[in-house]
Amino acid sequence: MPETTGRATPQLDDLYRDILLDHYRKPRHKGHLDDANRKADGANPLCGDQVTVEARVSADGRIEDVAFTGTGCSISQASTSMMAAFVYGRTADEALAAVGTFQTMMLTGEAPPDEVGDIEALAGVAKFPVRVKCASLGWKTLEQALKDRTVDASAPVTTDEGKE
Amino acid sequence: MMRQSFNYGTDANVHRVYDLDAIRRDFPILKREVNGKTLVYLDNAATSQKPVQVIAELTRYYRDYNANVHRGVHTLSQEATAAYEGAREIVARFIGAKDPCEIIWTRNTTESINLVAHTWARANLVAGDEIVISEIEHHSNIVPWQMLRDDVGVVLRYIPMLQDGTLDMAAAKRLIGPKTKLLAITQMSNALGTIVPVAELAALAHAQGAIVLVDGAQGVPHLPTDVYAMGADFLAFSAHKMLGPTGVGVLWGRMELLEAMPPFMGGGDMILSVTMQHSTWNDVPHKFEAGTPNIADTIAFGTAIEYLEALGMEAVRAHERELLDYALDRMVDVPGVTLYGPIDRSIRGGVVSFGLEGVHPHDIGQVLDSYGVAIRAGHHCAQPVMARLEIPATARASFYIYNTRAEIDALVDAMREVVRYFGGVHA
Ligand SMILES: Cc1ncc(COP(=O)(O)O)c(C=O)c1O
Repeated sequence: MPETTGRATPQLDDLYRDILLDHYRKPRHKGHLDDANRKADGANPLCGDQVTVEARVSADGRIEDVAFTGTGCSISQASTSMMAAFVYGRTADEALAAVGTFQTMMLTGEAPPDEVGDIEALAGVAKFPVRVKCASLGWKTLEQALKDRTVDASAPVTTDEGKE
Repeated sequence: MMRQSFNYGTDANVHRVYDLDAIRRDFPILKREVNGKTLVYLDNAATSQKPVQVIAELTRYYRDYNANVHRGVHTLSQEATAAYEGAREIVARFIGAKDPCEIIWTRNTTESINLVAHTWARANLVAGDEIVISEIEHHSNIVPWQMLRDDVGVVLRYIPMLQDGTLDMAAAKRLIGPKTKLLAITQMSNALGTIVPVAELAALAHAQGAIVLVDGAQGVPHLPTDVYAMGADFLAFSAHKMLGPTGVGVLWGRMELLEAMPPFMGGGDMILSVTMQHSTWNDVPHKFEAGTPNIADTIAFGTAIEYLEALGMEAVRAHERELLDYALDRMVDVPGVTLYGPIDRSIRGGVVSFGLEGVHPHDIGQVLDSYGVAIRAGHHCAQPVMARLEIPATARASFYIYNTRAEIDALVDAMREVVRYFGGVHA
């Protein structure tokens, strides 16, 4: 029977870190950009997670602004918010490298050695394999937006390979 | 646990006591711990747990009489064949069918429906013919018909779902017309628990000369079922949702239809004779059962049905109805809860689809799991239902013969924890 003391189980607290719940409650960079020159959609149809990532990248490759919209579970939305906060103001190359770092973290469950700010809070997701695709959605969508130089990529990105 | 026994015995001759403690003792998995808590298994619409009797029969087959069926004069093969064919008789009796030969073994409901789409439908339907289904169907009773539409040019029509998850019967009367050749309809919605008035719809379809296929994946495990009373021409269901093993499904069909249908797959067991030029088909049901079947699981499915028969399906329904009443009455008090599905509980199975304000169903499912409470979160393979409700997903608790009020208390307590955990989020 559930206890009614404070937070839920320790295991759950590993997944839903305070910082993650904070990003879910108060998403950063949520909205649209009027002058985006990069954009991609991502969706995990089986979960109903959905994000759109927009960015304005300068001629010398800097992400001058970034924004996202979307709906879905706390992990997908918080992870996308953390992603946006992290890549804002960095170069596209740095952002793509961060996507790689993030993916490694999802495999190992260990916080990366380099400074990645709040993102380290997502390391706990690796212990919940079914939620990794939720956490990855925003990152894969950003990757798509940055790689695909057209403003509207055709097929939405998905990290959903499972079956319901 | 508190001893609970109720008198549900409404069957004519036996007045049984529904002994919940005794039932629970037959399901060892219910003693399992999950995340340090006793498992509360409320995902029965996805698949049910299995009693020791079924597990024992599986082992007994492999230990004592494992042999291929239909092809040996030796003792083991005869024993295996007798048990395997015996399961056909048990299933026929359970659904009120006249002839065990009308029972065709498949892998699951999905395969049963696809069998009809590939054989009966392709032999009998032409471009312009209409198939009527509904918006509350499981994907397995939508996609085969969409594929048929793309191949053959039949027209697919959907009986709309009303906001409470029931079907728009006035629209159904308009949709079922002279062009309708098939009504393919669920007996009970897996997403919302809606019990569909199948007999009424079947009468409309038959009046137009159409054939009626019933998706019994949810209905047969939970409701007393009689194929003639419901007006079915075909009935599809799965063993795994009714105490049986995975990998066994049933297609029941009226013999005249089955006899006139072409086979499904070609190979051993489904033929009478093969020359290098030509083969002749075996009789129904073997015509539809090519190759070595799933012998052990089919036999154990017979054991599962005997278990349900011993309880009585009236009693099973009464038990689930009681749990449904208790669950709805308690869940409605959880802050921020939305309950989906029929208001009229007499047309609702033991399924409660719900949402909590500001919390995605997957997060609900995750927090509940940390309390050992297993529910399903998602679209439940019924995306048209979600589209109608304009939500991406729901959380769903679904009950079966072994669930208790105490387990519903655990669900409700854990739901309150979800609210606390995500408190103040209004996404
Ligand atoms: C109403 C309904 N139809 C069909 C199916 C498909 O059953 P199976 O996966 O056993 O083929 C299900 C199972 O979820 C169901 O609930």
